[in-house]
Amino acid sequence: MTTITRPETYLPAALMDGLDDPVPDEALERVEEGAAKTGELLIICESGDLERTWATTILASSAAASGQKVSIFFTFWGFFPLVKPGVRITGTNWMQKMLSVMNRPGIDHAKLSKLNFLGMGPWMMKKLAKQYGVAEPGELLEMAQALGVRLIPCQMSMDLMGIRREDLIDGLEEPAGAATVLQMIADGATPLFI
Amino acid sequence: MTVASITHRVDARGLSCPLPIVRTAIAIKALGSGELIEVLATDPGSTKDFTAWAKTTGHELVESSVTDGVYRFVLRRK
Repeated sequence: MTTITRPETYLPAALMDGLDDPVPDEALERVEEGAAKTGELLIICESGDLERTWATTILASSAAASGQKVSIFFTFWGFFPLVKPGVRITGTNWMQKMLSVMNRPGIDHAKLSKLNFLGMGPWMMKKLAKQYGVAEPGELLEMAQALGVRLIPCQMSMDLMGIRREDLIDGLEEPAGAATVLQMIADGATPLFI
Repeated sequence: MTVASITHRVDARGLSCPLPIVRTAIAIKALGSGELIEVLATDPGSTKDFTAWAKTTGHELVESSVTDGVYRFVLRRK
């Protein structure tokens, strides 16, 4: 059994509601059933767009719930969703700082690739999501983590954008690069580029 | 099927994909092998999703029904 290393035994509220019994400790272990017939899923999260972040987190949490081993590699625009809530400006030089000013980091601030309308689009989309019982990407990412999905930050993106380890959410794997991703694919992981 | 043997339940009514599946996956871990869990959902996609999920995970989908827009699934933990 793979036990997830997390700071506290913590499950997002969206996971707990509606469950009759307290969530057992084993819930923090990867759901293993079926893992044998379905190989590893590797999602390369390259886009920070709201709709794509949604696709990434829905697929990752569903696959993990089906017992599949899942890793997500976060790179370039897709790296910004890993920045902690509350961290507004990232980077050390003026260009990197400008980048974070123009492209607000954090999964809760993702923009729609179309019909964004200065944030009105995402606001309405999330309002609809609430109305229809759809979990937001941020909640889904927490769930994915709780289900044992490995989140791998791209080292190159960190360097390029000047983002420090302490700017990022907890529970991430060690940053890695292209060779790691290619090795996982060579080892048989199904890659999805989102 | 004996109703009395259902010991666990997940109420996923009002929730959309993938929450019914994710919550069931977590809740089913509390069961012993062969025990039954009941899932209630309102997501019309859940019939297909639970069939697929049972196939992937190896848990048995004992019952799949719908009454007044509420989908009911009974699964037996493998």
